[in-house]
Amino acid sequence: MTDVTFRVFRGAGTQGGFEEYTVQLSEGMVVLDAVLDIQASQAGDLAVRWNCKAGKCGSCSAEVNGKPRLMCMTRMNTLPLDQPVTIEPMRSFPLIKDLVTDVKRNFEINKRVRPFKPKPRQADGTHRMMQYDIDRIQEFHKCIECFLCQDVCHVMRDHQKPDFIGPRFLIRLAALVMHPLDTENRLTELKDAFGIGYCNITKCCTEVCPENIKITDNAIIPLKERVAGNFYDPLAWLWRKARGKRPDTRPGTE
Amino acid sequence: MNETSPSLPLQRPLFVTERTDNWWLGPTATGLGLLFFVAYLTWAAFQGVHFYVGPEDAPYYLSPLYSPWIQADWWPFSPAFLILWAPGGFRFTCYYYRKAYYRAFSLSPPGCAVGGRAHNYKGERVLFLFQNLHRFFLYLAVLFVFVLAYDAWLAFQFPDGWGIGAGSIVLTLNAVFLGAFTFGCNSLRHLVGGNVDCFSCVAFGRPRFKIWRIVTRFNEHHMEWAWISLFWVCFTDLYVRLVSMGIVGDLRIL
Ligand code: SF4
Ligand code: SF4
Ligand code: FES
Ligand code: FES
Repeated sequence: MTDVTFRVFRGAGTQGGFEEYTVQLSEGMVVLDAVLDIQASQAGDLAVRWNCKAGKCGSCSAEVNGKPRLMCMTRMNTLPLDQPVTIEPMRSFPLIKDLVTDVKRNFEINKRVRPFKPKPRQADGTHRMMQYDIDRIQEFHKCIECFLCQDVCHVMRDHQKPDFIGPRFLIRLAALVMHPLDTENRLTELKDAFGIGYCNITKCCTEVCPENIKITDNAIIPLKERVAGNFYDPLAWLWRKARGKRPDTRPGTE
Repeated sequence: MNETSPSLPLQRPLFVTERTDNWWLGPTATGLGLLFFVAYLTWAAFQGVHFYVGPEDAPYYLSPLYSPWIQADWWPFSPAFLILWAPGGFRFTCYYYRKAYYRAFSLSPPGCAVGGRAHNYKGERVLFLFQNLHRFFLYLAVLFVFVLAYDAWLAFQFPDGWGIGAGSIVLTLNAVFLGAFTFGCNSLRHLVGGNVDCFSCVAFGRPRFKIWRIVTRFNEHHMEWAWISLFWVCFTDLYVRLVSMGIVGDLRIL
């Protein structure tokens, strides 16, 4: 079996750099296996976060050869092995140690999103919706909160815009805004406080999402279109005026 | 440790990345492709001659850059300029083309997880707010699909009666490709159903959902249709031009 060289980022807080390790490859190995091998036999103090090893818990996010990925879902045989494999922590979040970053910022953003507020129940005590009402939003519920999209998005990565909530939370908003039962009006804050206009639809979030959620096409662009219709479309404005409606009001909440 | 790193989150300078793949290939090819087609279209628009084949009052082949043919005495320039602002604006504000030129020309970002241009990034919030008017260009573009379909129909009506020439097929494909591009537009997707929160609660909810699904099909390949239709518009103009100049003879099939 082949030996492969890994360049693994080691460090804590603001200090760190790459260290090289060699690992013997075995059949079906993924990057996380190699990292755990290094931890077991060469660097017992190597910090790495993981749980399921099945691409479902979203803990093992890192950057492999510069690309944000889940380590447990990146098979070694998909990487060029004639050169060292680089493994770094997610670069957009504060470093705790080695491959572990502090993703607390995302949980704080999450608190800013007002929770689902459903319509009152019908007379028989139930909520009714049809499958075709919720077809669009089921995709968004696949999110495993790996935060790879938040890591890669250049608005956060290169430009550090604190008011932009990022792709993961734009899909959360999309799931609420398109929900047949939700009653909150969310477009004004989407435009202002959440900064959807910062997204320039360059689709890096979609490229890295391990759940293959079409974040940009199915969540962000439809939200941008709703914002456009409510705030930037003179014809829609006239049509609302004529009917005495205000922008960003869901039916039944006027 | 052979390298020290500044604190995370780490902002990388322009083009700096740990990526080992040819990430620059895509944006470079996109940028060159766009420059090439824009250069051809500009050149062809300035010509103002050789854009139709057949009698001047009833040409059977008409270049899409000059259609509908507006014969205005007061207009001192090429008639193409009376037309091209509309499809040009449609493509310029198209969500796909935005992605393409933000990556290839604005370098924000040049690639995913690749350092971007350091500047006071505003996204589509300030200068690029006009992108929200894309839907108005869509309304015009839908009209153009019908105009070009009519041109395609005329391309079968030769002075000696009904027939099929190579040009008939070229013009027909042009209308088809432009239709496939236009009917996958994100603004159209919003208009036909994307703006509905609850399909089963609104009038004609089920047909709207079905139409939304059809537009979604085209939308999933919007990038491909964008390039195919762009290439074919240029090729159609070139074909009509060469036949009109007598450089190539039009092959009559029937
Ligand atoms: S498409 Fe928008 S949200 Fe997604 S990575 Fe690009 S800028 Fe960020
Ligand atoms: S949207 Fe995709 S990339 Fe983003 S956090 Fe969810 S699963 Fe991860
Ligand atoms: S360990 Fe759970 S997603 Fe990788
Ligand atoms: S989004 Fe591309 S044409 Fe409308």
